[in-house]
Amino acid sequence: MKPKHQRLLLALIAVVALVSAGLIAASALREEASYFYTPTTLAAANVPPGKAIRLGGMVQKGSIVRAADGVSITFIVQDQERSQKVAYRGITPDLFVEGSGVVADGRLRPDRVFVAESLLAKHDENYVPKELADIDMTAAENTQNTVSQ
Amino acid sequence: MIAEAGLAALWLAAAMALLQLVGGLTLLRGGAGQLAPLVKPAAYMQGALCAFAFFALMWLFYVTDLSVLLVASNSHIDKPMIFKLAGTWGNHEGSMLLWVAVMSVSGAAIALLEKRIEAKTLYATLAVQGFIALGFFAFLLFASNPFERLVPAPLEGAGLNPLLQDVGLAFHPPTLYMGYVGLSIAFSFAVGALLTNQVGPAFARAMRPWVLAAWIFLTIGIAAGSYWAYYELGWGGWWFWDPVENASLMPWLAATALLHSVSVLATRNALRAWTIMLALVAFAMSMAGTFLVRSGILTSVHAFAVDPERGAFILALMLMYTSIAFVIFALRIGTVKQGEPFQLVSREGGIVANNIFLSVILAIVLIGTLYPLAAEAMGDKISVGPPYFNKATVPVMLLLMLALLIGPMLRWRRDALMRIKYWLIGGAAILLCGGLVAWRLAPGTGLFPLLGIALSLALAVAAWLPLRGRKLLRTPLPIFGMVIAHFGIAVSVFGMAAESGFSKETLTALAPGESAEISGWKVRLSDVKPVVGDNWVAVEGEMLANKNGNSFVMRPQSRHFFKPEMQTSEAALLTRWNGQLYAVIAQPDQEGDGRWQVRLWWKPFVTFIWFGGGLIALGGAISLFGRMFRRARKPAINKWEPA
Repeated sequence: MKPKHQRLLLALIAVVALVSAGLIAASALREEASYFYTPTTLAAANVPPGKAIRLGGMVQKGSIVRAADGVSITFIVQDQERSQKVAYRGITPDLFVEGSGVVADGRLRPDRVFVAESLLAKHDENYVPKELADIDMTAAENTQNTVSQ
Repeated sequence: MIAEAGLAALWLAAAMALLQLVGGLTLLRGGAGQLAPLVKPAAYMQGALCAFAFFALMWLFYVTDLSVLLVASNSHIDKPMIFKLAGTWGNHEGSMLLWVAVMSVSGAAIALLEKRIEAKTLYATLAVQGFIALGFFAFLLFASNPFERLVPAPLEGAGLNPLLQDVGLAFHPPTLYMGYVGLSIAFSFAVGALLTNQVGPAFARAMRPWVLAAWIFLTIGIAAGSYWAYYELGWGGWWFWDPVENASLMPWLAATALLHSVSVLATRNALRAWTIMLALVAFAMSMAGTFLVRSGILTSVHAFAVDPERGAFILALMLMYTSIAFVIFALRIGTVKQGEPFQLVSREGGIVANNIFLSVILAIVLIGTLYPLAAEAMGDKISVGPPYFNKATVPVMLLLMLALLIGPMLRWRRDALMRIKYWLIGGAAILLCGGLVAWRLAPGTGLFPLLGIALSLALAVAAWLPLRGRKLLRTPLPIFGMVIAHFGIAVSVFGMAAESGFSKETLTALAPGESAEISGWKVRLSDVKPVVGDNWVAVEGEMLANKNGNSFVMRPQSRHFFKPEMQTSEAALLTRWNGQLYAVIAQPDQEGDGRWQVRLWWKPFVTFIWFGGGLIALGGAISLFGRMFRRARKPAINKWEPA
């Protein structure tokens, strides 16, 4: 093989590899990227059960129900207009309380209950889950910045 | 006073960087080069001034000078001393100062020590280094001044995020930054060599120790960060594909590819353009990593402060440096001569496969990390998590391991697979047996963990084969380094596959006196009591873990910090040779019946992940030591040898 051809061949291999990386990524993204919904947008969208999505909103006051096993809960996430029932089995984040914001990763069950695999609550005093930052919520208004200015 | 002195030192250092840039440029443009004698002293001064500024900031944290805004917002008078000191770089401004300080000191070290490349290339490299430093000085001085005063001074300070109050923090960010900065030096060398037409083995030999050092630090930083997340977050995972983790993984992938291709260039004088390209990409990835971490643009455990203005600044820097570099690459690459030819079945071919697979993984991770940003710009809120990354990257990683089984056994230039057919058959047999045994032991396990275990078993043997037929005492240290690092990959992948395929988990609520079972362990919650620490209170569970008559005490805690107010889980880890028992205690079950939420994991061979990571870094260190030792014995080569 002539040296020039070798350089060309290597460049060609690199291009093919990167194109296939793009294709792998695109197909995996189509299947696995999870969209963010609020109860309102979730009700409007036609999300099939079993598809991984994220759900964000406020935990409705008085809605947390704890099961007898001590580790399963159900609660209702709401925004200004609608609400969505959520079931979760696991240790809840430390700042998961009624009336504050939450983002849940999970899937809808056929009975339209959202089964959360993980919960992300307001992380610390300075941190609001990014998806909730631009949703108007009373809880978000109570967030205080501790950095003294 | 100290704060003002530190700030003045930064301004002076910026002036030195400018001098370095201008001095180097005038020389490059064929000028008389009157400024050239100033370039090296400017690099020394810049290093000294930045080191001074960094230690000044550390002193301010040491005495907790609350009249400095950064100290007041990130420290607290009651904080333990080690965390006060680590707080120097546990925040945005301080970490950027650390970055600049390491970069300037490294620049001074190049000016002082590098004797293998032509003087002109060295000046070009220092000029590029000064140019990069200038951007970061501008960022520090205009957008993130670490020495800003606060009037009036508060009485106690706001404290540091408790997740960060951990010895892990004292070492994790600095090691990662050393890695990032080392790649900036590789970048400067690459651009310097392009500008002066010196892309060849001598340049590669000068660049290699920096790439190697950067890669060692990145490896340690990633492994340490992973272990830190594993025990500090209390979620039982060791890799979350969090954007910030990806931000450290992407430079590592590029650096790993670069490390291999630069060796080919240094020893075989091939892969010239490709090596330059990788050096540019590696630094671009470091900057992208800094951008992702520091801009708070992505939702992440690590994104502590959301500050779009700073993000825009770093983004502008990144775009400027990478686009200038790629323009230079496009303009000059025609002048880089074709390297030595080789056949596809050869050691070079194996390294090309390594580079291709690493680049593919890098591209997949990059796309997955940036896709949510692109989608958000178009109004969609999307998150891309572990399902995507595992599905898309693991198959390529397994292919990479397959290449790693064969590549190191091939000869340089040209080889035939027939020559090593017995080793190939043997390897295939180990693969098959390993896979079958793992499948028999745990039917129903996913395909990836089985393949991972089989490949890591085969690699654990194959990694040592390059030593066969050599006189061990006369084998160069870099060969030992390579063998140990490759063996470390086998160890680490074995741990990852075992953990992800065979972990067991129990989640339950226990009253004191009750027990739970997991993987043959019987864990009894014997007591729950309050404990008090320096700046936190906690509930501590006392658990008795029993297996085969052996009994161990575990004490997980759920901590509550005051400044800032926050809860954290301190997992209790019980390490056995074949895995770890991982226990977390959470809040009381709120029914008020005296039960506590308890989460237990049995994680087989999980410690192998970080043990393997340590071996990989050790292999790198042995290789680096060997190269530096050899260099000390040989007289310096200052003359350019035509390729």
